Amino acid sequence: MELLLGQVFNGFSVASLYLLAALGLALSFGLMRVINMAHGEMLMIGGYLAYLTLQVVPGPWRLVAALPVAFVGAALFGALIHVVLIRRLSARPLDTLLATWGLSLILQQGARSLFGAIGVEVTAPAWLDGGISVLGIELPAVRLFIIGVAIAVLAGLALLLSRTRIGLLVRAVNQDRMMAAATGIDAGRVDLVVFALGTGIAGLAGVMLALLGPVTPTVGQSYIVPAFLVVVMGGLGSIRGTVAAAVILGLVGSLAQISVDASVAQVLMLVFVILFIQIRPEGVVANKSRALDV
Amino acid sequence: MFRLKRQFVVAAGVAGVAAFAPFVLGGYDLNLLARFLALSLLALGIVLTWGHGGILSLGQGVFFGLGGYALAMHMKLTPLAPGEVPDFMMLGGLEALPAWWVPFGNPGFALLAVVLVPGIVAALFAWSVFGRRVGGTYFALITQALALAFATLLVSAQETTGGFNGLTDFQVVLGLDLNGAEAGRTLYWVTLLVLALGWAGVAALLASRFGTMLRAVRDGENRVRFLGHDAAAYKIIAFAVAAMLAGAAGALFTLHAGVISPAMVGVVPSIEMVIWVAIGGRTSLAGAIAGTLAVNFARDAISSAFPDLRPYALGLLFILVVTLLPGGLAELLAARFRKVAR
Amino acid sequence: MIYRFLLGCAVLASVPAHAATPVKVGVLQSLTGTMAISEVTVKNAELMAIDEINAKGGVMGRPILAIVEDGGSDPATFAQKAGKLIQSNGVATVFGGWTSASRKAMLPVFQRAKGLLWYPVQFEGNECSPNIMYTGAQPNQQILPALRWATAEGYKNYFLIGSDYVFPRTANLILKKRIGQAKLGVAGEEYVPLGGTDFSAVIAKVRAAKPDIIFSTLNGDSNVAFFKQMAAAGMTSAKLPVMSFSIAEQEAQAMGPALVNGSYAVWNYFQSLPTAENKAFVAAYKKKYGARAAITDPMVHGYANVYLWKAAVEKAGSFEPEKVRKAAVSMAAIPSPMGPIKMAPNQSLVQRAYVGKLQPDGQFKVVSQLAGMIAPLPYDALAFPGKSCKPI
Repeated sequence: MELLLGQVFNGFSVASLYLLAALGLALSFGLMRVINMAHGEMLMIGGYLAYLTLQVVPGPWRLVAALPVAFVGAALFGALIHVVLIRRLSARPLDTLLATWGLSLILQQGARSLFGAIGVEVTAPAWLDGGISVLGIELPAVRLFIIGVAIAVLAGLALLLSRTRIGLLVRAVNQDRMMAAATGIDAGRVDLVVFALGTGIAGLAGVMLALLGPVTPTVGQSYIVPAFLVVVMGGLGSIRGTVAAAVILGLVGSLAQISVDASVAQVLMLVFVILFIQIRPEGVVANKSRALDV
Repeated sequence: MFRLKRQFVVAAGVAGVAAFAPFVLGGYDLNLLARFLALSLLALGIVLTWGHGGILSLGQGVFFGLGGYALAMHMKLTPLAPGEVPDFMMLGGLEALPAWWVPFGNPGFALLAVVLVPGIVAALFAWSVFGRRVGGTYFALITQALALAFATLLVSAQETTGGFNGLTDFQVVLGLDLNGAEAGRTLYWVTLLVLALGWAGVAALLASRFGTMLRAVRDGENRVRFLGHDAAAYKIIAFAVAAMLAGAAGALFTLHAGVISPAMVGVVPSIEMVIWVAIGGRTSLAGAIAGTLAVNFARDAISSAFPDLRPYALGLLFILVVTLLPGGLAELLAARFRKVAR
Repeated sequence: MIYRFLLGCAVLASVPAHAATPVKVGVLQSLTGTMAISEVTVKNAELMAIDEINAKGGVMGRPILAIVEDGGSDPATFAQKAGKLIQSNGVATVFGGWTSASRKAMLPVFQRAKGLLWYPVQFEGNECSPNIMYTGAQPNQQILPALRWATAEGYKNYFLIGSDYVFPRTANLILKKRIGQAKLGVAGEEYVPLGGTDFSAVIAKVRAAKPDIIFSTLNGDSNVAFFKQMAAAGMTSAKLPVMSFSIAEQEAQAMGPALVNGSYAVWNYFQSLPTAENKAFVAAYKKKYGARAAITDPMVHGYANVYLWKAAVEKAGSFEPEKVRKAAVSMAAIPSPMGPIKMAPNQSLVQRAYVGKLQPDGQFKVVSQLAGMIAPLPYDALAFPGKSCKPI
């Protein structure tokens, strides 16, 4: 029982990592129909930026300083990728996939050249030591913090999309790109902003990963495939769908581990997604559109 | 657009010349060439699915592995006395052969399994995805997850698969002594023959009505559907054929390399397979073979000299080819020839 | 082309007649891919030994020419490059390999060509090829000494955690048999995929099982994630000790010693060993590869392998692999940074095992030196009864 409750909590904790890793992918996929295979490397960049911030900034709250640094740094990187690569390939989603994979190779090797292959350490601050005990299960503070960050990002994103002018533009392009462009909206610019926002969130995810493990050139790879599955399952460009998919997959993985090894749990997650497609090929939340080729 | 007769002539001509390689090359170089020719067989399948079907699979390593493991299992069983189990099973505490291993002792079954297991798995997988009209980028992502899951499963089920170590140390295949002096040549010729047949077969397929329909599905799936055709069926068949080619490639590669292991079937090797074809030319069979040979020979030559350079070179090459030269080397050459002809 | 060829001849001819032609050897480690972190350091140590020997006149009067190849962390590439070294380069012997997967892939290549491979890493045993010299620890030279030490220290309930591959599963198979025989308890056995970094479920299971000690065969990056998440869950080395089989000085340095301080490891060599040979070796290595370099057990095995080969060649009076390996198993002990070492008739190394406790400076303090020289046993008598190496 304790193990079951503990795994439900762990499921949510892993789900928040999946969510932070997948949100950016889902956002730009919804808008531009492209997947950035170097998205995992945006997590990595966030992790290294956190490491660098901790080298420079003193004091117990330096982790808080690392969050905006990682967000902005990764977002700028994302903007650069969008301008140099993604925009040029916008009509060819599969080629974008391949070109960005080439980019991810280069970024990994770049990190290896700059920081070494072994990886660097980001030590969690003292205020994240320990944890609280609820219903006989121990909830580590680090994991609670990660869940909190995920919720905060989600709330911020919801506000941004529903209450701001930029959100309005994003929703307009999302619904009908041509019509939006016809009304004078600079769709290319909206793409750029959303892409940068998505990679910024990935940067934050990288800081979270750094609290749980080493920051290595390949740190992004460990969460990227589950993040892809979240996008597949979530439905086109739907944030609600992405959240639901992340939670479901997080729980499937964690609950499976009560009785099987982590390796088998990983396989079960894929099987689950394929079965899920049989029932709801349009994803958790369907995007109502009259366009045929979505 | 697709001149079948010329393809046959070119294929036969190239194969004829390549058949003399064993008299020219040393043992090591011959083995290297044979390996890469085996990989080319897989590249033909990618031309079929990706180039002409618009289906990007990032999981061809799975089918490569299924074929390789099917033959490797047979080769592990051949030298055993009845009741014995391969050495790695003993490491996992197994004392009897698992039931699903038993039929692989039969050479006919194993050879069929090399192509049929990948074919059937691919058909079922593609049916479950394309049948629900999920495709494009989604399909690429799911196939990548499939590659990861397959490699993970192979590693974790080590008492029956050899785990991370894979299967290795083969002595004899279908009566051919792998330690013998003639093994290298014989296997090279077998590989060349299978590749030539594969080339001719895929060329014929692409030139047929099926090929036309496949390209139609690639260029406008909904239109094909509205005309009353089952678009998914074409994609499923193309994917299954590519998987069978990958399976045969895996089996041949296992013979030349002397090992099949999860390191060759996972996410990264699977996506590298797409690179070969991207560089050679995604719609051209000859280009795909040339791309596979070029990338692999280059990799063999430069990796030891500049180990840090390889990821940069590979990544940059990928970006440049995909963005600036989507038709690959084949397109470049074709343009050159057209110019000369004019 | 012809011009070049003639030029080549001219250069060759200009070499003084009395200068001996070099003897070629292969150095085959992963310089790229996931294993490069570990294997590059072994390559460095092997090359250092070759340089040292060349500086002192070479082997049987001939300088050694090292041909370095990249195994690319891929078994098939290891097999391919081994073939290249033997067939195209004509090397006398090869030093290299790390993972068992790479060794198993190379084994048939060496057997077919009747070559000789010197393999430097601890492994799961259960293999003996006449064409491989296994100098890393056999299970009875690392895992069993660890268990003997832990039993003597009074630990009764063991939790086994490993990366999901062959070495951990085999090591734990042996451990479970031995723990059962000693009437002690196995609190749990868990595996995570290689490179996996999510330990939430594993830690929940450890917490529920309440073991006295964890025996960890986790590999690489997984170690950092494991110790971090253990610490976050309030389980530090002081409360729940961890005995690791894949953490050496290099890993400890990378993880930040604060994280792993107080945890245990068993190796045949620690950088902190106080012998004169070791001090000289550590100083020489740091001079060559930088003062921050951490020195580990597999590196020293790689280094010692070159000297073992040299001694065997000189005893045999030949570079012929068949003669060299016969000479190697019959020669006297030679000095090395890990103390005197000697090849046993089964082509593995007779060596010591030390239990080390990690200190805040990233070095291990030897807390126990077990029972002198241990003869290598490729097959555990309890886990694999009746199995032994056929006389090689």
